[in-house]
Amino acid sequence: MYPQARFYIRTALIYLVLAFVVAALVLINQSTAQDGRLSALQPVFYHLLMVGWATQLIGGVALWMLPPYSREKPRGDERLGWGAYAALNAGLILRVIAEPLNAWQPGRALGIALVLSAVLQVIAAWLLVIALWPRVRRRITPEPQSRSSQRGGC
Amino acid sequence: MPHVSVVMVRMALLWWGVGFTLGGLTLANKGLSFHGGVWTLRTGHIFVLLVGWLVQFSAGVAVWIMPRLVHPGVVTGSGDRGDLRLAWLCCVALNAGVALMALHAPLVWLGGGDVPALRWMPALAGVLWLIAIAAFVANVWPRVRPVIEPLTMTVKE
Repeated sequence: MYPQARFYIRTALIYLVLAFVVAALVLINQSTAQDGRLSALQPVFYHLLMVGWATQLIGGVALWMLPPYSREKPRGDERLGWGAYAALNAGLILRVIAEPLNAWQPGRALGIALVLSAVLQVIAAWLLVIALWPRVRRRITPEPQSRSSQRGGC
Repeated sequence: MPHVSVVMVRMALLWWGVGFTLGGLTLANKGLSFHGGVWTLRTGHIFVLLVGWLVQFSAGVAVWIMPRLVHPGVVTGSGDRGDLRLAWLCCVALNAGVALMALHAPLVWLGGGDVPALRWMPALAGVLWLIAIAAFVANVWPRVRPVIEPLTMTVKE
């Protein structure tokens, strides 16, 4: 597994842990009614899980496992993957901070932070689409004789 | 990668971009409240990402990567992927359902709220997804098995 995919997958694992820390807080609070403000963390849990964990894990595995772009550049332009990684995580972290704060005490600066978070995450998604698109294709090279390496095969 | 997987994975990538764009609009609206109606896109955002992206990507990759069927007594090289018409049915029905759900919320918004004439859209999407998932499972079910080497017919766990 090459470094970019490892970054994606390890970061996804960190978000998985964070998501369930937040989930535990929300659920314990629901049972004990300690602080009503903690319910504002529910969308944070959904997005840590679905964007931070699921999307990032799938993105990392796809970058690793999809058929190679070419012999010379098997992963195509890796800058797209790095750009998506930076934008996705910056956008998600910004959201995790700004969304509950904005729910507790709405303000223009927090509103702008949410817009910036949205823009970053949308950019990340389309960058990954551009990075992966040319690698989603039928095999164009002849079947290799050796079947020892299945990764990226048809 | 078979043609149907190429189509499914590429459609999933497109829905991924569309779903994030819909979600981005709703999040940005949460921040700056530029239009009250944008919130109606949230339902489309959820279904486009869950079904159009997550389910379709997984299904497309599964059709590609699951062990192939090997028929005893018949040497078919590396085997086959079963009846790929089922995978195509899954692809068409799933994407039709996602398109219906992606269009439903903005159409309701443009219609000014609950539009009874459009209630058939989520219902049809639900039926289409049921057909899609049944077809996918029918294709993949027999392929979830231990690997069998076609020439020796020995089983590898």
